Amino acid sequence: MLAWTIYASFLGALAARLAPSKQLARILALLTALAGFAISLTALAHWQPGQFVTVADIPWIPQLGIHYHLAADGISLTLLLLTGIAATAGILFSWNINERTQEFFAFYLVLIGGVYGVFLSFDLFLLFAFYEIAIIPKYFLIAIWGSVPRDAAPGKEGSQREYAAMKLALYSFAGSALVLAGMVAAWVLSGSATGVHTLSLDALAHANFSPHFQMWAFPMVFLGFAVLAGMWPFHTWAPTGHAAAPTAASMLLAGVVMKLGAYGCLRVAMMLFPAGLNPWGFHVLGFSSWRDVIAVLAIIGIVYGASVALVQRDFKFVIGYSSVSHMGFVLLGLMTLTQIGLDGAVLQMFSHGIIAGLLFAVVGRMVYDRTHTRQLSELKPMGLAHVIPFAAVTFILAAMASIGMPGFSGFVAEFQILVGAWRTLPSMAVVAGIGILVGIAFTWRALTTVFFGERAAHTAPGHDHPLPPITLPEKLGSLLLLAATLIVGLYPTILTRLILPSLNSPLFAGLRNGAWR
Amino acid sequence: MNPMPVSVSYSELLRLTWPEIAVTLAGILILALDLTVLRRASLAARLRSGVAIACAGCIAALFLLGYSDAFASLPGSMLVITPLTHVVQMALLALAIFTLLLSFSIRFTSHIGEYFALILFATVAMMFLVATQNLLLIFVALEFLSLSLYILTGFDKHSRQSAEAALKYFLFGGMSAGFLLFGMSLLYGLSGSIELPKIAAALSGPAPGPGYDPLLWVAIVMVAIGFGFKIAAAPFHLWAPDAYQGAPTVSAGFLASSSKVASFFIFAQVVAVALAPVAGSGAARAYTPGWVPTLILIAALSMVVGNLAALAQTSLRRLLAYSAIGHAGYMLLGIIAHSPRGLSALLYYVITYALAVVGAFGVLGALESEGIDRIADLAGLSKRAPGLALCLLIFLLSLAGIPPLSGFFAKFYIFSAALESEPHLGLLWLILLAVAMSAVSLYYYLRVLKAAYVAPAPLDQPKLRIAPATRLTLWILAALVVLVGCAPSLLLNSLGIR
Repeated sequence: MLAWTIYASFLGALAARLAPSKQLARILALLTALAGFAISLTALAHWQPGQFVTVADIPWIPQLGIHYHLAADGISLTLLLLTGIAATAGILFSWNINERTQEFFAFYLVLIGGVYGVFLSFDLFLLFAFYEIAIIPKYFLIAIWGSVPRDAAPGKEGSQREYAAMKLALYSFAGSALVLAGMVAAWVLSGSATGVHTLSLDALAHANFSPHFQMWAFPMVFLGFAVLAGMWPFHTWAPTGHAAAPTAASMLLAGVVMKLGAYGCLRVAMMLFPAGLNPWGFHVLGFSSWRDVIAVLAIIGIVYGASVALVQRDFKFVIGYSSVSHMGFVLLGLMTLTQIGLDGAVLQMFSHGIIAGLLFAVVGRMVYDRTHTRQLSELKPMGLAHVIPFAAVTFILAAMASIGMPGFSGFVAEFQILVGAWRTLPSMAVVAGIGILVGIAFTWRALTTVFFGERAAHTAPGHDHPLPPITLPEKLGSLLLLAATLIVGLYPTILTRLILPSLNSPLFAGLRNGAWR
Repeated sequence: MNPMPVSVSYSELLRLTWPEIAVTLAGILILALDLTVLRRASLAARLRSGVAIACAGCIAALFLLGYSDAFASLPGSMLVITPLTHVVQMALLALAIFTLLLSFSIRFTSHIGEYFALILFATVAMMFLVATQNLLLIFVALEFLSLSLYILTGFDKHSRQSAEAALKYFLFGGMSAGFLLFGMSLLYGLSGSIELPKIAAALSGPAPGPGYDPLLWVAIVMVAIGFGFKIAAAPFHLWAPDAYQGAPTVSAGFLASSSKVASFFIFAQVVAVALAPVAGSGAARAYTPGWVPTLILIAALSMVVGNLAALAQTSLRRLLAYSAIGHAGYMLLGIIAHSPRGLSALLYYVITYALAVVGAFGVLGALESEGIDRIADLAGLSKRAPGLALCLLIFLLSLAGIPPLSGFFAKFYIFSAALESEPHLGLLWLILLAVAMSAVSLYYYLRVLKAAYVAPAPLDQPKLRIAPATRLTLWILAALVVLVGCAPSLLLNSLGIR
């Protein structure tokens, strides 16, 4: 049944493309996304802790030992759920797309199908194929329907978003080139002793690659995926890409596409090459393993992303850089190598997917599409809290979730990551804490500037030409996302009961080194 | 040193070459009909009958191939037929059919009969080329092929560019033939035979060890240069951009697809069979001289030059030409692997590449009446001709290696075959270079697609009218690219790997 999340998305893309009217295309897309969401919810309801569901496992390219192997464990299911929610909300927030609507939803659903595919693949070749399928629609979504900053030179509006789209596509493709190289090497080595090649994740996780191979394959593949997870200093595609993308695409980029990268880091790099995390046996500049290097990069990402967000003038860039900061927590959580830290990392993937989606929805759809500006200085005199109170309330709640208020999912996730980091990387936990403080600062700044600015009567749009009211799809989308972050925040067991048994499964045995610390 | 007198049974020869004979007869028939019965007919009628007869000949040959022996050979390795050569011949015939179907609407010449006959004769030459292991026949078939291609390149007599392209191609091609012949004569002198297996036996004979006869190295380099010209690998690629740009679109597509398939196959045969004992190694810490390091050098250079030069192109055809040079670099990896898997990967790559390239040139041909050659001219294509734009998207993304299109599996397969060929991942550096260059290539393919999909259409341009035959052919090609990419086993089974 889970496989139908993929097939439904691709079929829905086709249907939306061929739909005779725009409204029909929207409805078809919404139904498709809802179907995916419903399927993953059903799976969640029937899930037994520790379950591993094989959806399909048929020889695909038997000559090379490649299988069409779809399966799900708790980690996959968590992210499937996220994809279902984010996809549905994204479609609700792009209800107002009027230009080339059918094509928009076709590209959108192809992207969603690719994302579902990555989370469900248990053959590396298949996973990689889906991973790349997701790249091309991203490019077109941004290049065709992207939003344009106000200060773009006249006549150059297109080139900005084309630049951002191309940057995003090339970063993704360069990252996946590294992964491809690692995959080819893993394929060759998997058969070097027996002559029987395989790319099954299960088999590769138990393949006992030589430590020497893992020591260079791990950083290569990890870096390849981490580019998409927004790891500093390879994050620069993220703010420009997020800012230039149409609202729904920003929501997906931050919501699920960055998770593809983080998921790849965990599922491929760390699960298949765990020995790459072991100490080198010597010190360079105080680093003694790839783990140190990545953890420091993650910390820099957390603090740097938050600090840069603090000084942005463009509302969308504030949220764009906040994503870099929050994804730094995911990478830090992965590098703690503790059960609680990894659990927090997966939870943070989910949580950030929801919250970033919500923030981008407010910025891109509710505010920008009405005021046609993203400049904080121009939004300030509008006093938007009085004009569109729904947006203000949504943003306040999203901001609270984002800075890690207890009761929202962000708190559970980041708390666990910090606890994990405190156990194994204490000095880094301290710096990450500073990052959280800066995070509160930039969120507060954005909130007060945009929504609670001094209302100047002559510029307030409410007087002469009132802003269009918040539409029903927008309200539904916001409620969906808010409900998701609140439910997980108040009752995190709903997800941790999926994640923890999966982390303790034999697949991650190499990572545990016997037992978790 | 005297080659054995060879006695050939003509009935056997006739029996084994029925497919080639069928295609030849079709070519002669077209020539005859076009000069007699159809002389006064309209251009459209002559085109229709020409395409019909030519396709009929190719289809007949396909059937004959299906019923002929799986294994056969003639004395002197004149004709060596294996299931693999059958597959390659079938691919060549299929590509010829696609090329013919795409030439329904050619407008540049009134010499219809000659044009179709030349395409068929070139196909016959390629069919012989891939089914022989005899140096003499290889050379004759290669020259037959080249002569047909020179004429096809210069067929547009009203265009100076076409003439220039043909002349350049001819001069470079003639020189490369000289190199090739020199290399072959040295091989004959060294081994006393013109049969590939016997050359191998003679070379591996009294254990020469590394550093043997310097003439052998000259021979290897000469052969590599000769074939390097044919497959347009750097640094012997200079003719390709001009030929691709100047030639009539149909000819360019044919030149870029079919002749690639045949040349690569026979290049692989010559080095992997005849020169097997002197392969050498290009592994990072196990360098041994031989033809493998020579080809590695050419492959690396082609990838870098082709892909980087393509970045700067504004003409679609030149862009495809430089990307072809880059692809030649990847394909050489299959020869470098010199294993059954390498050969199968090479064939998978070159066949799927040919499908995509025929398609891409087909799209250009359909746009030809609009005078579209620069990338920027494609603006608004997705609005004016959505189907055509989608086909272009599929072909170019396949060339870029995006799944689930066939170009993706082709890349994965050929990279892994090459990496597998040396112990301890010795060729990793080359694979990393190839992977990096394929990441670069996405940029220029996306630039073309950006023009087609993103750029707004110029005002009041009507929808494009595309001939139904062209449209159907392009859809079939696009479907094949997707199908073979989604289910590579379909093709792999017949490429000798199980």
